[in-house]
Amino acid sequence: MMVGHRTRLWPGLAALAASPGLAILAIATLLAASPGMGPAGPGSGFDSYIWRVLGFTLVQAGLSTILSLAFALPLTRALARRPVFPGRSLMVKLFGLPLVLPVIVAVFGITAVWGHNGAISNALEAMGLPGLSPLYGLSGILIAHTFFNMPLGVRLLLPVWDSIPGETWRLAGQLGMNSWQIFRLIEFPRLMAAVPGVAMLIFLLCFSSFTVVLVLGGGPRATTLEVAIWQALRLDFDIDRAVALALLQVSACLIAGILFYRLSRTPISAPTEERQVVRPDAASRFGLLADIVWLTAGFLWVMAPLVAITVSGLAGPVADVLGRANIWAAAGRSAAVGVSAGFLALIIGLMLATTARDLAVRSRRSRLADWLEIAGSQTLIVSPVVLGAGLFLLLFPRVPVFDWALPLAALVNGLVTLPYVLRLVGPVLRRTAEHHDRLCAGIGLSGISRFRIVEWPALRRPAATAMALASALATGDLTAIVLFGLDPDTTLALLLYSALGSYRMDQAAVIALLLVATCLSVFIVIEGLGRAASRIGTS
Amino acid sequence: MPHPGLELRNLSFDFGPWSLRASLTAEPGHVTAVLGASGAGKSTLLALAAGFERPDAGQVRVHGETVTNLPPARRPVATLFQEHNLFAHLTAFQNVALGLDPGLRLTEDQRRCATAALSRVGLDGKESRLPRALSGGERQRVAIARTLVMRRPVLLLDEPFAALGPSLRRNMLDLVDGFRRDQGMTVVMVTHDPADARRIAESAAFMHDGRILSSGPTAELLDNPRIPELADYLGVPHTP
Repeated sequence: MMVGHRTRLWPGLAALAASPGLAILAIATLLAASPGMGPAGPGSGFDSYIWRVLGFTLVQAGLSTILSLAFALPLTRALARRPVFPGRSLMVKLFGLPLVLPVIVAVFGITAVWGHNGAISNALEAMGLPGLSPLYGLSGILIAHTFFNMPLGVRLLLPVWDSIPGETWRLAGQLGMNSWQIFRLIEFPRLMAAVPGVAMLIFLLCFSSFTVVLVLGGGPRATTLEVAIWQALRLDFDIDRAVALALLQVSACLIAGILFYRLSRTPISAPTEERQVVRPDAASRFGLLADIVWLTAGFLWVMAPLVAITVSGLAGPVADVLGRANIWAAAGRSAAVGVSAGFLALIIGLMLATTARDLAVRSRRSRLADWLEIAGSQTLIVSPVVLGAGLFLLLFPRVPVFDWALPLAALVNGLVTLPYVLRLVGPVLRRTAEHHDRLCAGIGLSGISRFRIVEWPALRRPAATAMALASALATGDLTAIVLFGLDPDTTLALLLYSALGSYRMDQAAVIALLLVATCLSVFIVIEGLGRAASRIGTS
Repeated sequence: MPHPGLELRNLSFDFGPWSLRASLTAEPGHVTAVLGASGAGKSTLLALAAGFERPDAGQVRVHGETVTNLPPARRPVATLFQEHNLFAHLTAFQNVALGLDPGLRLTEDQRRCATAALSRVGLDGKESRLPRALSGGERQRVAIARTLVMRRPVLLLDEPFAALGPSLRRNMLDLVDGFRRDQGMTVVMVTHDPADARRIAESAAFMHDGRILSSGPTAELLDNPRIPELADYLGVPHTP
């Protein structure tokens, strides 16, 4: 242990009580209510319906992963092979958008492009061709999942190419390797190390996908475990079935999560030069043509729904929808849930990251510190629906759950967005300890005054960004509120969901755009506060 | 028997505000050293010679033939980098064999040739080792073996031994110098250590801020630095 600094365990332990504490509590509640324990005898909740749902969940997640990667791999190779072209960095930024766009809004955008009455279908009919069939069922789910996860794949795989040192390309040039030999000898071995982890993550995300399947899935044929839990709990009030589904969901995610942890690796070597080295196979005309095709396809795939959201929102009955009081009340509640969730995530994240930092830097227990942060990021395993279902069963006999819909939604979203806070704030805290612990011990700076002088100035910006991101994500969330909320007017996401459900597409378009504007405002305001605070601090 | 030499004629290369303007002639079959601080442009000079960078103006000639517009693979030039000379997932033998066929489809003769080259650099019995199971010096020996099988008349050394200890570094320099003598290669080596240049280079050039400020026989250049930048670099008084 480093002289002059104690390792404080209490913040981390308190944070662990929230996450994964509440998740464990939720699972314990589910287990206590599980069919095996109930009067109906063991296994009563597991009928053929459940196995059919599990089968569909696996099939759609597997196909979504394959399609996302089959699109992402050649596209990432094209991006890596063309390190300089106008709009390249904008394109990489564009590929970050689907991750922060409210899922329900993205689903609306996708139907506006690919749906029965969407842009493509209308264009086909205008040319006298048959239009597209309705987007519901497996094909709609696959399109939506590829919209979200192809860009995620690109962003996760691009570092694999970036990690190839410049010398390797020069060597390849000197040895006269062609494009195929470059793929076989340079790219393929590196991809083999990285792709399984990325594939597992995408599989996990699609396996637990809720909103996409809720809106685009149709009936028992196209239902995933997550949506089936919601149906059992909220529509059929079949607790046995809900519990069985939730336990199946957690077990499957646990296996997939362990595989993901095992398979994910960081790239082997870092680039040694700042200057861009030109690949020897960049000049071939066929390669250039293929790259242009992939890059254009990727750009359109992500851009089209975003354009559709904007255009149809502005062309919709804007005055009519915005003139309604309930819309603004819902927007206010969405923002309130978002900001509360972001604040909660920030507080829990800071506490957890402080203890993890103390353990890693001061007590030299970095493995323990890593486990602490992984434990705080368990939301990939215990999905928001399972967490919500557990809390629902726990609270339902004791309190009026539906009256508590907003705080509960904020709580679930706070825990779900915790990993983002840890990712952004954790490294900064560790760095301040590594750089300043000795100096602080030397001049006797500690406690609150140390936090004010040393930690806070470094933390303001990343903390504000983390809270802004968590808040924006929670503002647009449908999962938790659809689990706890009764009234469709509660939040904008719920309003959008009910408008989509009753095919009021013109109204949905305006609500979708307003929801995006609300999320964006929440993000900009909170991030701006961080900026302003750091300007005051430095002036 | 005519030995090829390397000639860089009025090369001009701009990278942002930084520019390189240089000419250099390397005697055939000899070792020429390019000295200078980091950032002087030594590695860029070699990159231009190898074809990794294209000059804005000027010519690169090997054995009198202009190669300025040829891609790296078609220039009679081989390069050793400071690191990343080997593919981490390929064995020592495969890394050498890449010099014979970049797709690793080898004839029986080529296999014998790769094995013999590994033996010449003192790596008998280590053919199937992966780079991570080799020491830093052994890894560079594998890379040298590859340049041997490539049979290119000009060898460019971009500080490949800079990370090695002093005695190992001298051994490696002597090894390269031996091959230079056997095969009649022209060697241009970049280094920031004057001792390396004195050990194997007959002539040397001093580079500073993208320009070659002084050149000549190594001992003469280093013993009587005629320009202040070189004296500063060597840390000796300036002899006017």
